[in-house]
Amino acid sequence: MSHASEHDSSHPSPSRYVGIALILAIVTGVEVWIVYQSYLTDIMVPLLLVLSIGKFAMVVMYFMHLKFDSRLFAILFVGGLLLTLGVLTALFALFSRVYFA
Amino acid sequence: MATGTQTGGMLARPTSIEGVWGWVTTVDAKRIGMMYICTSMLFFLWGGIQALVVRTQLSAPGVEFVSPDTYNQMFTMHALTMIFLAIMPMSVGFFNLVIPLQIGARDVAFPRMNAFSYWVYLFGGLLLSMGWLFGEAASAGWFAYAPLTESAYASDRGMDFYVLGLLVLGTSSMAGAFNFIVTIINLRAPGMSFFKLPVFVWMTFITSLLLVTAFPVITVALIELMFDRYLGANFFVAAQGGDPLLWQHLFWVFGHPEVYILILPAMGIVSEVLPTFARKPLFGYSVIVFSGIIIGVMGWMVWSHHMFTVGLGTVAVGVFTVTTMLIAVPTGVKVFSWMATMWKGSLALTTANLYSIGFIALFVIGGLSGVSHSMSSSDFQQQDTYYIVAHIHYVLFGGSIMALFSGLYYWFPKFTGRLMNERLGKIQFTLLFLGMNIAFGPMHWVGMDGMPRRIYTYTSNMGWDFWNLVSTIGAFLLGFSILLLLHNLVRSFRKGEIASGDPWDGRTLEWSIPSPAPHYNFAKIPNVVSRDDWWARKYVTGDDGVTHPIPQGGAYAEDEEDVDVHNIHLPDGSYWPLVTAIGLALLGGGFAFHLAISVVGALTMLIGIYGWAFEPVNEPKDDH
Amino acid sequence: MEATIAPQHDEHATTTGLDHRKMLMWAFLGSDCLFFGSLIATYLIYRGQSIRGPFPYEVFDIPYTSVSAFVLLMSSLTMVLALSAIQRGDERNLRIWLIATAILGSVFLGGQVYEFTLFVSEGVTVKTNLFGTTFFVLTGFHGAHVTVGVFMLFTLVGASFAGNVKQHQSINVELVGLYWHFVDIVWIVIFTVVYLVEAPAIEAAKAALGH
Repeated sequence: MSHASEHDSSHPSPSRYVGIALILAIVTGVEVWIVYQSYLTDIMVPLLLVLSIGKFAMVVMYFMHLKFDSRLFAILFVGGLLLTLGVLTALFALFSRVYFA
Repeated sequence: MATGTQTGGMLARPTSIEGVWGWVTTVDAKRIGMMYICTSMLFFLWGGIQALVVRTQLSAPGVEFVSPDTYNQMFTMHALTMIFLAIMPMSVGFFNLVIPLQIGARDVAFPRMNAFSYWVYLFGGLLLSMGWLFGEAASAGWFAYAPLTESAYASDRGMDFYVLGLLVLGTSSMAGAFNFIVTIINLRAPGMSFFKLPVFVWMTFITSLLLVTAFPVITVALIELMFDRYLGANFFVAAQGGDPLLWQHLFWVFGHPEVYILILPAMGIVSEVLPTFARKPLFGYSVIVFSGIIIGVMGWMVWSHHMFTVGLGTVAVGVFTVTTMLIAVPTGVKVFSWMATMWKGSLALTTANLYSIGFIALFVIGGLSGVSHSMSSSDFQQQDTYYIVAHIHYVLFGGSIMALFSGLYYWFPKFTGRLMNERLGKIQFTLLFLGMNIAFGPMHWVGMDGMPRRIYTYTSNMGWDFWNLVSTIGAFLLGFSILLLLHNLVRSFRKGEIASGDPWDGRTLEWSIPSPAPHYNFAKIPNVVSRDDWWARKYVTGDDGVTHPIPQGGAYAEDEEDVDVHNIHLPDGSYWPLVTAIGLALLGGGFAFHLAISVVGALTMLIGIYGWAFEPVNEPKDDH
Repeated sequence: MEATIAPQHDEHATTTGLDHRKMLMWAFLGSDCLFFGSLIATYLIYRGQSIRGPFPYEVFDIPYTSVSAFVLLMSSLTMVLALSAIQRGDERNLRIWLIATAILGSVFLGGQVYEFTLFVSEGVTVKTNLFGTTFFVLTGFHGAHVTVGVFMLFTLVGASFAGNVKQHQSINVELVGLYWHFVDIVWIVIFTVVYLVEAPAIEAAKAALGH
């Protein structure tokens, strides 16, 4: 069956999934902790971005199984994602009141 | 007749393809394609009438053919009708008719979603146009800049029909695009690798990717406008800190990829027609494909060239000037490739070929004015003048429409089994070519002379009188040529010369099957060996460069075997796509009238979706 | 989605060997990134631009929202456990984990509804200012996506009880799962760029009030 083949490859076990969920929960907790540390406020945004991107990537790669599936799916999804990031960056630059007032 | 249903009764799938019910429940891409083409031709006529009203109003200074408000509705709806209800759907019609055949498939990946896309288009088009019934069609221009579109300034329902109509139509476009993305990736015949695909398939693929990425952005813009109008939100309300420029950005982030959506399929058609009638392969296939990809990607980097005059700041204007100038390069590359394709070819000047050759000439003119817009300094003078209107019409009429009409003449025999009349076609083409240039050519200098676009009238001392009259005459000539086209279509459909499966001695797979195409497309899915595989089955080019027909060529070996075409099972029809489409139309339209209608629509959609999801798969039939 | 792929002949094989519907779902999710991206862009462009309050730091309750973020994250876990179950042919656990996912999703939605009504009572509506406008539309459409997801989950549960989600039909669960996880990752982004970044302002406001 055409749809069975992808599942024969590495398939995280349920306990692996629980482990990943635990990591996600911990990272979320860390993020919440960070924003309340006044000495971190200056680097808060980059820190949060890194952590959130990490969570995002873990859900996509493991829960959505993209790491183990056909690269075609990754191209379709990541393509949309990259385009989004590009457009967002451009829009922020265009609305930036520092450079383009 | 045994239907092999599991649940029977209401969820039984319709099996007959006869009569009106057969068309209403069809999931056959060829039928859906024909419905798209017919509906889009009708909307094209409607858009053309609107254009003639505009041109009549502008034929001389001080004309009062229609009221100013009606005039605003006229030019707004003309653009919306032509872009969303004529050009795009006509392209989609060709996707449906041609793509499965060119890739060696029996249908698209999601036949019911295909039907859904058509019905939603039809209803969405009616919803968008419905304002006319109330004298309240959209009237703020097709790109509807805020804050003119806010309730405070556009208090009638015109903008509601705009927002709701486009939201519904967007669903149709996206559903169709997703379908073709999966179809092109996943239903290619054995041996048909990506770089053996006909260029039309490539352009369709890129267009579909653009559709599914660009439409979400305008969806958000429309939703934001809708919330402003219905719920008093502040997205574009300057008094609350909102920025009308946000609308412009979101709109054009969609809008620029949209113009490539409008032209890439046309370029694909031309890339099929020219080689066929030059009896030569397309020159620079890889280069044309890569140019298409580059255009698709770069189309995302140029949008603010529509906004050069709003005060973006020097850096932004400079960046978008450069990116816009760069995007002319891949387009130019394509033009040279097409010309090289014709060079030393043995040209047959059929009507289809005349349209494609005409496309090259007229699109280049449109492209040149485009290049002049790309320089922001000159654009400052051109913006919002008739020079822009000239550009638009050279690329969309001289470009997209010419190519689509080329496609009509080219593929008409494949789907109707008859040829369009060539003599009438050539007369029709000539009149159209003349009319088009007479109508839109003068707009270049009238625009440079300062005539703004979207104006209701003008005074005699501006010096625009003569050329406006000329434009109007050209427009009516153009209109007449379209009537001839219609006449040719109808007459040929009824009693045109019977066509063989391969009337043009074509190159691609669609010409390897009978005309009209049987409902199963191919008796047996072909095994593809080379690009232009059908041509390669018929001819071989020796080392001396001379092309010889292959004796007994032109047949796929598989056809020699006895194939029982009755055992080819295709999906049965379904009425759920139509039900779901009706639900969506009511859901959308209800917001312009009464919320209760939307609720009924939502429920209908829910029922439609569940019916669709749970209806039985057709089983192979025992008796047939 | 119930329609299974009919018995395999060469005509039902796909060129890539990949399932049409899974390809469609990934393409759709890629496109949905642009939808949410545009809404998030609008929110962030307008952040700090409201002419009048209430402002985010006056109404956001980060601990509360953290809990609902956690709930949604855990629903992704239960979702993937549901898929894992049916891939092993375990229909009973499929239903248990699907119901758990639907419940967690509904709890999230309940939390959103509560938060929204609280904000409204504190004077933030979609009309009030740019914050109200952009916040409610962004999170509202996310909530609408979650709602559709919950509908699909309950539909799967019903279909499973009717015996129509067998091991060889696990693709249907997988497709709903992909959609569900996407809705979760969008919330990961929203939680960070909408809520968490306001924490310093919230703390500063509290300090100013002498807390």
